[in-house]
Parts: sequence; C-alpha cells; structure tokens
Amino acid sequence: MTLASLKYQQIKAVNIDHRSYLSAEEISEIEHETTLLEYREAAGIEALKIVQKNRGWISDDSLYAIADLLQMPVSQLEGVATFYNLIYRQPVGTYVIHLCDSISCYLTGFESIADYLQQELGIGFGQTSADGLFTLLTNACLGGCDKAPVMMIGENHYQSLTTDSIKAILAELKAKANGSKEGEQ
Amino acid sequence: MPSYDPNAMPLTALINLDKPLDYQGYVDAGGYQGARKAILEMQPSDVLDLVKDSGLKGRGGAGFPTGMKWSFVPMFADDDEHKPDNKYLVCNADEMEPGTFKDRYLLEGVPHQLVEAMIIAAYTINANKAYIFLRGEYFLCAKRLQAAIDQAYENGWLGSKIQGSNYHLDLYLHTSAGRYICGEETALINALEGKRANPRAKPPFPQVSGLFGKPTIVNNVETLSNLPHILKHGADWFKALSPDSDPGTKIYGASGRVKHTGLWEMPMGMTVREVLYGKAGGLQDGLKLRGFLPGGASTDFLTEQHLDVPMDYDNISKVGSRLGTAGIIVLDDQNCPVGMILNLLKFFAQESCGYCTPCRDGTPWVVEILTRIENGQGTIDDIDTLNKLCDFMWLGKTHCALAPGAVEPLRSGLKYFQDDFIQHIEQGCCPLKKDQIGVGFKDPNPMQESPQIYKGFEHE
Ligand SMILES: Cc1cc2nc3c(=O)[nH]c(=O)nc-3n(C[C@H](O)[C@H](O)[C@H](O)COP(=O)(O)O)c2cc1C
Ligand code: SF4
Ligand code: FES
Repeated sequence: MTLASLKYQQIKAVNIDHRSYLSAEEISEIEHETTLLEYREAAGIEALKIVQKNRGWISDDSLYAIADLLQMPVSQLEGVATFYNLIYRQPVGTYVIHLCDSISCYLTGFESIADYLQQELGIGFGQTSADGLFTLLTNACLGGCDKAPVMMIGENHYQSLTTDSIKAILAELKAKANGSKEGEQ
Repeated sequence: MPSYDPNAMPLTALINLDKPLDYQGYVDAGGYQGARKAILEMQPSDVLDLVKDSGLKGRGGAGFPTGMKWSFVPMFADDDEHKPDNKYLVCNADEMEPGTFKDRYLLEGVPHQLVEAMIIAAYTINANKAYIFLRGEYFLCAKRLQAAIDQAYENGWLGSKIQGSNYHLDLYLHTSAGRYICGEETALINALEGKRANPRAKPPFPQVSGLFGKPTIVNNVETLSNLPHILKHGADWFKALSPDSDPGTKIYGASGRVKHTGLWEMPMGMTVREVLYGKAGGLQDGLKLRGFLPGGASTDFLTEQHLDVPMDYDNISKVGSRLGTAGIIVLDDQNCPVGMILNLLKFFAQESCGYCTPCRDGTPWVVEILTRIENGQGTIDDIDTLNKLCDFMWLGKTHCALAPGAVEPLRSGLKYFQDDFIQHIEQGCCPLKKDQIGVGFKDPNPMQESPQIYKGFEHE
C-alpha cells in the first residue's frame, strides 16, 4: 500500500461540535433513542440512521458530530458505521437501488436483471449515475425469495422483477425526481 | 390465503398481509388470552414448566429446546444481593438467511401475536425490558410492529402494572442496518449495545451474561409466536399437533423454480415431498429436480432420494443435513450446481464478520477456486483444496457458526455434484454455458471503460 492511499483512508482529525453541526431535530431524535438503551453510545447505529435519513449519507463531519453528541470515540463509531451495508460512508444518488444477489434470486434470473440495470443506468455496481439519480448496489437476501428476483429502493421492495417492470420503475422514479426539482425552482 | 382450521394452524390463522388485525380485532379473535392467563393466573415457574412440557424447540435454526434455554436464566429472590437490576428478552427478527422469509410473513401479517408472545416470555424469565431486533430492510414490518406496540401500551399490556398485576415490561423495536452476522445471537447482542457486531465467545452464555452484561434470552420470531397458543390450549394440545414428530407446527417455505413458491404452515414432520410437490406443485414445466437445501443457505444439499424424509430436526439430521429454517431452496437441472454453490459461498464470504482467520480467509479462498472452476479454469487439485477448506472451517475451528454454515452446502455439493465439478474441469467451461462462454463474466472494473460515470462514488 502506498503512502498516498493510506492518507486517503485517514479521517481528518478535526473536532466538530455537534451543536453547531447537527440540527435541533436531529439532536432531539438521537437523545430520545439514548433513553431507550442503557448507555449513550449504544444508540450509535440509531444516530447514524437518523443523520443519514436527513443528509443522504454519513460524511466524516457527521461522524464526528455524532461521536461528540454520544460522547464516544470516533474510531468506535466508525467501526460501527463501516460494519453495516445500509450505512453509506460515501455520497450516494437520490435513489439507492439494492438488488438482491442471494440464492433464490440467483436461481430465478438475477444475472439478466443485473445486466439490464447496469446497461440502463450506464453504471456498474458500486457506482452512481452521471445525473446523480441512481446508485446501484447489491444486497443480501431481501426476504422476498418466493417472489424473486427482488430489489429495494428507499423503503420499497419491488418483487418478481422483469426487464419490463424495471424499465417502468426507473421511469417513474426519474419522473418523480424531475417533478420535485421543478417544484423547488 | 388457504383456509385452515385455526386450531390446527395456530401461527398463521390470523394472518392478513394487506391489513393486519389491529388491537381490537386481535382481541376479538381470541388474542391476548394467553398473556392474560400467564400474568394473572400463573407464576413464572408455572409458565416455564408448561413451555418445557410442550417440547417447543427453537425455530431460529438450531432447534434448541426453548424451555430448557429459559431455565438457564438465574432466578433471584427479591432480597438477593446479587440480583441484577434487569434481565432482557430479545426477539431475533434479523431474518437474513437466504431462502428464508417466514418471520417477515408473521410480522407483517399478525404483529400483535409477537407482542403478546414477548409479554409471556418476558414474564417467565422476569425481564422488565425487551427488544425486537428487526433487520433494517423490513420497513413494513417495522411500521406494523411499532403500531402494535403502541396499541399494547395504550391498552395496558405494556408499561407498568400490566392488566392490574405487579408486573411491568417495556418493549422496544430496534431496527438494524444490514449484515447477516447480526442474526447470530451474541453478535446481535453486541449490535444492540451499539458495538461492531462480532460474535462473542461462549461461555458465558447470554442466558447468564448477555445484553449489557445481564441475563438475556434471545428467541426467534416463530419460536415466540407459538407461546400465546401453548398458553391458551396447553402442552398436550401442542404435542397433539404433530404426534409423530417434534411438537407443534412449522412454517415451511419453497423458493427457486417451482410452480408455486410460498409458505405453508403444516404439522412438524411433513415429508419434503408433501411440501415440494403437495404444496409447491413440483418444478416448473420442463425442469427436473437436481437437489435442494432443506432449510436455508447454510444447510447441506439433499437430493431426490430424500424426498420422503420427514422435515423435522432429527430426521433431516439423520440424512446429513439440517432442518434450519425449513425454507427449501430448489436447484433445477437448468441451473448449474457449481454456480449455485459459488453464489452461496460469495454470500458467506461477503457476510463473514472477519473476526477469525479460518472464515475471513477461507470463505474468499473458496470463492476464488469456485470462480475458476465455474469459468472452466479449474484443476483436479482444486477439489482437494476445497475439501481441505471444508475441514479448516468446520465446527470448533471458528469463532461462530457462520463458517460451518458455509461449509454445509459446499461439502454436500462436492459429494452430490462431483460429476458436475469434474465436467467443468475436463471440458474447460460450464456445461450449461457452453455456447455462451464469457457471458457469466462480469467486468471487474467497468469504471475505466464507461466515461459517463460520476466519479468518486465507490461502494464495497
Ligand atoms: C450466522 C448466523 C446467523 C443467524 N441468523 C439468525 C436469524 O436471522 N434469525 C434467527 O432467529 N436466528 C438466527 N441465528 C440463530 C441464532 O444464533 C439463535 O440460535 C436463535 O436466534 C435462537 O433462537 P431460537 O432458540 O428461538 O431458535 C443465526 C445464527 C448464525 C450462526
Ligand atoms: S466464523 Fe466468520 S462470522 Fe463467525 S466470528 Fe469467525 S469470521 Fe466472524
Ligand atoms: S434470495 Fe433474493 S430475496 Fe431472498
């Protein structure tokens, strides 16, 4: 490993005060979670999910702010954050597509669905489309094995996937994203 | 929805996936009677005896007798100076075993049943706090469970002085954020404590020192869901559900290319044939059965010769596999066994928590070898190496049961599909992909070739 790549993996050693970084709502939501558990740091995963829900992903600054709020070492929180596949430690698109690549989906056409998605979006797994709309990831069994193949986008599970149904789903999401952008302007 | 006699199909009789029963509906259908009986009419030790007597075994995969597990929790007199300030009950709803989707069905379809069950279990071990550890991807379950918990609080089934008794219990829903290993009970406890979810060394067992160092019981969703019915109808009724097998019913599932995939609650001990052909209708037209995993990804392959084996803990073990979660995964003759085993091992390699060497290094090594064989670049020596790796990763050599679980489909696959492995090696390709060599190859680094990619977003 070169020195440069080591540097790339380092987290900036800046302290961030949670009060100036997290919103009042985020802080109160996280504080509520800490009351349900025996120690503050036990709410780490909840805190990461709360901040990610608002900001899309967990930046180094977010990580610092949460560690500061929960009074725990950043290294420990980073150990938790990087452990879970549903915590994004890098920016993601508006929609994160989690395509199940486990066995029942594999037996019923995962490969052709995976090829189609990559082709339609022009990206490989682990990447985000140029328009910033879609990130494509695989996921372990989504618990819809009887209606395979399955993918999850946001809180929705899409089952019994075909190339046609995927085409329709992508079109709908694109329209929704464009609609909400126009609404903002 | 099949219309079963509700007395014979206790777990799923009240399931409604479109609109589960709310509190009143569940009560009108006979709900909370089991919990009422336990809390108002019985001592915890009476409930424990009843559950022991029922012969209920854990449905999370290992089949450990539930009553016995509970009896390891130390009970203390009120004035005992060693009495811990708390004990915990945790429901394992992390369902991530590929090919398994039964817990989701129970949680989405009849959430109050689990809440009632947890009240009974927590009362028995005298726990005042309970958690449901739900996998993060089950958003609909989370919504419905939280609604059921809220209604249980409103109606005096949770909180202090439950139904006028002196018992108090708080129940919380914890939603996780992925990773199969979180389902292993000690890893789950670490996850709940906000730590990295590596499994813990046992002993001490969680029953003595678990969550936050306190006595803790971890039970599967389906295991717990039996409790309201055992309380209501008694141990003899439960045993009579399946007179020739382990007591009670089992939710069997089938996935893969069968005619009707799905879940069916049946008496424990139905034969594989009764599930695969009786319920799932056999394989889709034009396909033949090559083999199947009887209970999820981490169970040994069985084949056609085992179709008449009863699906219960002992009988499936006798033929060299495990009942596991009873979610049958079917391999047909148009899917490649080597490809299937490669897919399974990729799952285990990805989900390995990395704590111990045999698993952290062994599972990717197997993937590397299988990838070569599937792509026609394997050698006969590879088979030996795979067999050795099965030994290196077997029970007792790893920190938890994930790696042995990965070995199960591998070692049995090497046995039953030996000819397929040899064909791949001799023919230099996957026999099923002969005319499309290379199609299965995924470009490992498409980033360098496609210019339209947004830079900097790489996920592992
Ligand atoms: C890698 C691994 C993953 C597991 N995942 C689950 C799971 O998702 N759900 C579950 O109930 N048990 C799971 N188990 C089994 C649990 O460790 C534990 O045995 C079970 O929750 C006990 O509940 P029971 O006695 O009710 O069966 C898993 C075990 C291992 C080794
Ligand atoms: S066997 Fe695998 S999952 Fe289990 S502790 Fe070892 S590395 Fe982790
Ligand atoms: S294997 Fe894809 S949902 Fe279970």
